[in-house]
Amino acid sequence: MGLDITWAVDWTRRSAECISEHRVDLITLDREIGDGDHGENMDRGFEAVSAKLDDLAAGSVPSDVLKLVATTLISTVGGAAGPLYGTAYLKAASAVAGEASLDGRAIAALLTAGRDGIVLRGKAEAGDKTMVDAWTPAADAATAAAEAGADAAAVLDAAASAAEAGAEATEPLIARKGRASYLGERSAGHRDPGAESSALLLRAAADAARAATGA
Amino acid sequence: MKKIINDPKRVVDESVAGFALAHADLVRVDVDPIRVVRADAPIAGKVGLVSGGGSGHEPLHAGFVGFGMLDAAVPGAVFTSPTPDPILEATKAVDGGAGVLHIVKNYTGDVLNFETAADLAAAEGIEVRAVVTNDDVAVRDSLYTAGRRGVAGTVLVEKIAGAAAERGDSLEEVASVAERVNAAARSMGLALTPCVVPHAGEPSFTLAEDEIEIGIGIHGEPGRERVGLEPADRLVDRLLEPILDDLPYEAGERALLFVNGMGGTPQIELYIAYRRAAEVLTERGIHVARSLVGSYITSLEMQGMSITLLKLDDEMIELWDAPVQTAALRWGR
Repeated sequence: MGLDITWAVDWTRRSAECISEHRVDLITLDREIGDGDHGENMDRGFEAVSAKLDDLAAGSVPSDVLKLVATTLISTVGGAAGPLYGTAYLKAASAVAGEASLDGRAIAALLTAGRDGIVLRGKAEAGDKTMVDAWTPAADAATAAAEAGADAAAVLDAAASAAEAGAEATEPLIARKGRASYLGERSAGHRDPGAESSALLLRAAADAARAATGA
Repeated sequence: MKKIINDPKRVVDESVAGFALAHADLVRVDVDPIRVVRADAPIAGKVGLVSGGGSGHEPLHAGFVGFGMLDAAVPGAVFTSPTPDPILEATKAVDGGAGVLHIVKNYTGDVLNFETAADLAAAEGIEVRAVVTNDDVAVRDSLYTAGRRGVAGTVLVEKIAGAAAERGDSLEEVASVAERVNAAARSMGLALTPCVVPHAGEPSFTLAEDEIEIGIGIHGEPGRERVGLEPADRLVDRLLEPILDDLPYEAGERALLFVNGMGGTPQIELYIAYRRAAEVLTERGIHVARSLVGSYITSLEMQGMSITLLKLDDEMIELWDAPVQTAALRWGR
């Protein structure tokens, strides 16, 4: 069963709830190795996105929601996260432009495009202790699941689990990009806040898919 | 957390509103999205200078908007880069037909948001050049990090490039002098205490009573090492050494010595530091031709300082001495 506009809207609402719930955790992670604004900025961004969901035109498809999230995050989040997430959602929207129902392969394409967008903008590589470390395993797991014939919800579940493992795996890493990179070896021992928020968003996508498909 | 604020979410809005009222002769402030623009902008035929970044570094950048310096400043949330929208609006507001120069401190967020805004401005037919400042020598392995940060040298870039734009230089020329100043500036800072971001409500890092953090940036982020507190002269030496190692001077060369307070350090201590720095430079045969002492690029209430050394040439001196009339720097008119 494919995922449609209801899923995309639900994903976005769940993202806003989940970011709001973890606002302080993200601030704490960011204070340890960054500048302590990640939770605040993401919460502000998703609050703004939520407020705009009701204005979606009738007949909208998932890519319209992704585009709305992209433009809103770019204009409200600031910091590095705004342009990075904005680009991810924009590229993800392009990958599934106009499609009303997304199957497992489409979801894998969406996530891969999102990851490519982040890499393009931020020029970080896997292992640099950034959100790429959540997105790359997520995109890879999604692609593998889709190729094995998994449905959309199972593809998202695989992606979310891989993102969570990826975020956790940033803990021992030494940051090579972003604000944390200035700490050098002292950045080890802390989870990257961008990888953590990425994992939260992908888990919200998987939860929304499970709710939509009744699995 | 003890602060003179009403609501952590309204800190930037209310502060900028106060700034607008206090300096209505110099600037106008547009809101939604928020930006501070020189009162007489756009000036036909003059290159427009736009800078911006997270708030919490006051007087940078709004305090430098006015004659002979910036045409617009775009304040983001505390320690958070502004989004592309206000940067684009500020760029449009100061475009007098000669193009616009973005002066961007090298932090990932600032660079990404200014790049996006520059793309949007270009799409609207405005010629934009960007100079990314990166004067902080505390960042050692710039290959393995986001690169050296833009810190106090940014103030000097804004003043000198602003004077070049004011005398009628082209976009190419203003960008080139800004690049030259950035390339000749080196900075390093230290903190005695952390700072508290209003919406976080807790210190950005913790330091023991007798500990200091060497090599800090300007966003309350920790630096490169922690040492015990020492006398002022030794602290100054700790900052000057890496600066002079990174950009050596020949005897007789001229420098601008800038001792900057991080927000919570009194002027009386900054001059103690200046005294030692000037002494060290003189011993090395470096001629301190110009100086600046005060809190011009801060990190909220952080106690600490940074030292910046700018290797001067005749043109830089002429542009540094040129008149400036802003809220935070004013001379010659």
